[in-house]
Amino acid sequence: MPALRDKAGRPVVVVTGMGVVTSLGVGKTDNWAKLTAGESGIREISRFSTEGLRTRVAGTVDFVPAEPLCAPELTERFAALAAQEAVAESGIGTPGDFPGPLFVAMPPVEIEWPQRRAMAQASGSNTDIDYDALLRVCATGQFHAYHERFLFGSVAEHLADTFGTKGSPISLSTACASGGTAIQLGLEAIRRGETDAALCIGTDGSVNAESLVRFSLLSALSTQNEPASAAAKPFSKNRDGFVMAEGAGALVLESYESATARGARILGVIEGCGEMADSFHRTRSSPDGKPVIGCINNAITDAGLVPDDIDYVNAHGTGTPENDKMEYVGAAAVFGERVKSIPITSTKSMIGHTLSAAGAVEAMVTLMTLQHQRIPPTINYQVPDPAIPLDVVPNVARDARMRHAISNSFGFGGQNVCLVLGGEPT
Amino acid sequence: MADAPRDAWITGIGIVSSLGEGADAHWQTLSAPGATANLSSFAPYIVHPLAPIELDKQIPKKGDQRQMEPWQRIGTYAAGLALESAGVKGNADILSRMDMIVAAGGGERDVATDAAILTSLPKAEKPDAFINERMMGDLRPTLFLAQLSNLLAGNISIVHGVTGSSRTFMGEEAAGVDAARIALARIVSGQSDIALFGGAHNAERQELLMLYEFGGYNLKDKFAPVWERGPKGGFALGSHGAFIVLESSDHARKRGAKPLAKLSAILSDRGNGKPGAVTDGLERMWDKLPPLTQDRLAVISGASGAEPTTTEERAFLSKHPAIPVRATGTHIGHGLEAQFSANLALAAIAVSHGKLFPPAGDAGVERVMEGPLAQAVVTGVGHWRGLGMALLEAA
Repeated sequence: MPALRDKAGRPVVVVTGMGVVTSLGVGKTDNWAKLTAGESGIREISRFSTEGLRTRVAGTVDFVPAEPLCAPELTERFAALAAQEAVAESGIGTPGDFPGPLFVAMPPVEIEWPQRRAMAQASGSNTDIDYDALLRVCATGQFHAYHERFLFGSVAEHLADTFGTKGSPISLSTACASGGTAIQLGLEAIRRGETDAALCIGTDGSVNAESLVRFSLLSALSTQNEPASAAAKPFSKNRDGFVMAEGAGALVLESYESATARGARILGVIEGCGEMADSFHRTRSSPDGKPVIGCINNAITDAGLVPDDIDYVNAHGTGTPENDKMEYVGAAAVFGERVKSIPITSTKSMIGHTLSAAGAVEAMVTLMTLQHQRIPPTINYQVPDPAIPLDVVPNVARDARMRHAISNSFGFGGQNVCLVLGGEPT
Repeated sequence: MADAPRDAWITGIGIVSSLGEGADAHWQTLSAPGATANLSSFAPYIVHPLAPIELDKQIPKKGDQRQMEPWQRIGTYAAGLALESAGVKGNADILSRMDMIVAAGGGERDVATDAAILTSLPKAEKPDAFINERMMGDLRPTLFLAQLSNLLAGNISIVHGVTGSSRTFMGEEAAGVDAARIALARIVSGQSDIALFGGAHNAERQELLMLYEFGGYNLKDKFAPVWERGPKGGFALGSHGAFIVLESSDHARKRGAKPLAKLSAILSDRGNGKPGAVTDGLERMWDKLPPLTQDRLAVISGASGAEPTTTEERAFLSKHPAIPVRATGTHIGHGLEAQFSANLALAAIAVSHGKLFPPAGDAGVERVMEGPLAQAVVTGVGHWRGLGMALLEAA
């Protein structure tokens, strides 16, 4: 019988349910089949006009209806789909009564152009339209519903209503590391003994014109629009930026003790977590890689392991020139000579960068990799970068024996989170 | 956790608001209060603007200042004050293992650009392409970084070197309560020794007034203390930033730091929007607090003035008529994500002085407290959702 507590005397935390939505489809089964087949979910953007924009492709989720069509609405719907799958799989609680807190990683919220345009139109003004005019429109009450919809808290509140999670739901952002942070908060709450279970979600539906423009102005996005499926090229020499994408990943975290007591199927173990903030620059990593290295080492130490125990790395792997280089530098420092032989792949090569959702979606993919003992590939790897000599499992999935893996998430604002995941309790 | 829970001490406070800067200035102005609400700048909306601050004192590099919008400057400044007050500023060893949890909203929009686009839009042949073109030409890349909620934390890491951890909670008032709650839980359980938590809010923004005006929450035309805003109510947004350094008592003792107050409990809950939920929810939290000494206790209320939540909080308070109450919103306005940490700061200041500041208004809710103050209960009620309560005690 594996131990119920880890080497540090803390409750072992396992995963008993997982759910996912990406541009490849809804659900684990569909996504896993496509990921292991090396399919791309990146496509030409049809949701809004891309006329005049340098980037015209994204990993949008176009098959989930949302009204009004805006980021918080999409974000909420993706999260609900993923969470429904995760909670159903875990069999925990009863429908609408989840016995633990909710942690939701999600994008920041603001009024968007369609709403602003509707208000401008309602102002009846044919001349200058400024915020004084918009405020007068607000005062009429005809856009009352926008208050709730564009509050940061309403996405998580609605999810808490639907799933019956306990206590104040926490919405969080650590930029592109957010999904990892949501899992970290759940892990820590169970380790503190506050709860036996937590629902951790990363979700993002923010592919809209203004978000695309903002990333574009930072020169962060790939501009290789044709073919769309080849835009995301992590670790390749010709990589030219990341591809924005949408989706959600949800995980039911549970103490191993509680999961075994109710006879739940164990899908994997959250063995450890590490973080370290970078004080170097708002969008760039410290050139010496210290925070990335420190974050990975903290996670491995937290799991009670050493780098040699890690069999697989699910990289942050955005496909920007800088990220992939820095991630290599970090991995090389942690793993030494092994860095060339340990499989390091980027899920983003297929589904793009799901931003606030990425950490949760990719943790889930990592757990499935361990479960199936099969590594989904890094696709679009045609031109290796001699400066990044890695085994990225190029283009074709591969079987491998793996016990422990890490999943990296790095974000603007110096955010670095690393999760250590295991196949089964030891 | 196998170990017994540990005491958590507040050892540093950084606060800026319409009342001024720092713990002493706040204590002095609260002891002799005057009106700080501004009726004219955003008329008919009433806001409490930030008192003037010298940014260079806490954000020495102009380059850093330029990379931030006002809400981030307010927060980064307040965080610097808190680290200074705790005596850990520049202490790389401590800052590198210090937790950071920030409660944040979104960044500021360039309202002039928005207005220019909206004004020209009706004449555009292809409206969508026109918006794309203007955004590509007119949006500033640095503005995007100011709009990301987690970039207040990012700026605190860069300017002050806090790197142990960095988490940003969003979700209006509740984010501020949960940031404090998680920071406390991590310290009490031994997951962390020292934390910086708090938030920042810039009230002087039209697009933010707009968000709340959708729901009709803004106080308009005439200022009144929060308990006297009539049946429709309303909050006056307040610019403030408040950060707190919290640490285990052992960690503080080892480095010779003195406590301003002990943070004994933080509770949070949803408040589901149903009639009576705020009154009942606050009462349930009150019952879960550690033992209270009735004659040395005061409530520092985060009542915003919005309805129906303010009336519901008042109903809860009326069940405890012997306990003096102060609503800080009358003095510094409502600061959403930053409001709870600001009230923890003001409560800690009062507890550290051992007495309460004078009452405000004529509603009969606030009354003079003559005797010594040893405990303060802080409430935080979201204008839409979210409930919070904390207990601070003399350490």
